[in-house]
Amino acid sequence: MEIKVLKDILGANEQIAGINRQLLDSNNVFAVNLMSSPGAGKTSLILETIKRLKGKTRIGVIEGDVSSSLDAEVISKEGVPVVQINTGGGCHLDANMASSALGNVPLKDIELLIIENVGNLICPAEFALGEHKNVLISSIPEGDDKPFKYPLIFHKADAVLINKIDLLPYLKFDTEAFSQVIKGMNEEVEIFPLSCTTGEGLVQWVSWLMAQMGKG
Amino acid sequence: MHELAITKSMLDLVLEQAEKAEAKEVGKINLVIGEMCGVVEECVQFYFDFLSKGTSAEGAALSFKMVPTKARCRGCDRLFELKEFDWTCPYCQGNNMEIVAGKELFVESIEVE
Ligand SMILES: Nc1nc2c(ncn2[C@@H]2O[C@H](COP(=O)(O)OP(=O)(O)OP(=O)(O)O)[C@@H](O)[C@H]2O)c(=O)[nH]1
Ligand SMILES: [Mg+2]
Ligand SMILES: [Zn+2]
Repeated sequence: MEIKVLKDILGANEQIAGINRQLLDSNNVFAVNLMSSPGAGKTSLILETIKRLKGKTRIGVIEGDVSSSLDAEVISKEGVPVVQINTGGGCHLDANMASSALGNVPLKDIELLIIENVGNLICPAEFALGEHKNVLISSIPEGDDKPFKYPLIFHKADAVLINKIDLLPYLKFDTEAFSQVIKGMNEEVEIFPLSCTTGEGLVQWVSWLMAQMGKG
Repeated sequence: MHELAITKSMLDLVLEQAEKAEAKEVGKINLVIGEMCGVVEECVQFYFDFLSKGTSAEGAALSFKMVPTKARCRGCDRLFELKEFDWTCPYCQGNNMEIVAGKELFVESIEVE
């Protein structure tokens, strides 16, 4: 006997992500799922964002990491609440992991939650966490061919941050062509070239973020 | 690597459906997978054989219907398959397009006894 199923394989994850989203909404917390390949600058961006938003909004962070708690330690020095998720070898966060982490985040005390996903351009694209916006960092040393190789994550991103533009004089990277390709596959996307090292372009990113939160 | 998580969710879904139908055994699982998802069939098969041991889906055959990535050009409105992932329209060389297929990831049906 054949039974029609026609159900999304990741439907259970979507469902839990929906519940997370409700929990965030009921606490008026705006959540960002921050994705990139390893070392593109997620932790650096979180640090710079915290510095620039001090006094403007209250931030909390969830740090997804395969095994260490190094990133979480660096961020907790900034005086914001950090909850660490170790995926124990897993290559991405899923809604279930986010759900248990949310239980430890002081949601009443924050307005913005930044979730640092595991460094990977394939798996995080498939697993919603309950976020309001998906932000992808792609950095200059990675090269400008990434949208061709990992289309799904570029397609899903609400904003793409081109990090490490301070390295442009030394590396081959066509920012114009890169942006055009991403815009082509994802018409609504916002693109911000920036550098966490020099601070260039961070103002634009931070004001976009505030605008998304309704604090523009 | 996301094949492990995907296979786990797929198996959960299949077992839930089989139980609902009061089936004793799942013989075949028909999957529809978009090319853009980058799912490797062999990996899913490998994890499935491992995870399904001792369940009613043990030994079930997996059938993969792979869906090619298709886009509609916003310049000339034509539909085409994205073969090389070069993201240019083969008709007008434009690169503003809407993806219309290739992101599927679902269980179409199961065959049970
Ligand atoms: N030149 C330059 N280096 C940067 C910039 N942003 C970050 N880096 C450096 O890139 C390296 C990785 O940065 P992280 O912020 O740790 O990157 P990440 O994405 O959090 O890395 P994982 O968590 O390991 O995936 C560090 O050595 C940073 O100092 C930048 O704008 N310019
Ligand atoms: Mg980090
Ligand atoms: Zn065209």
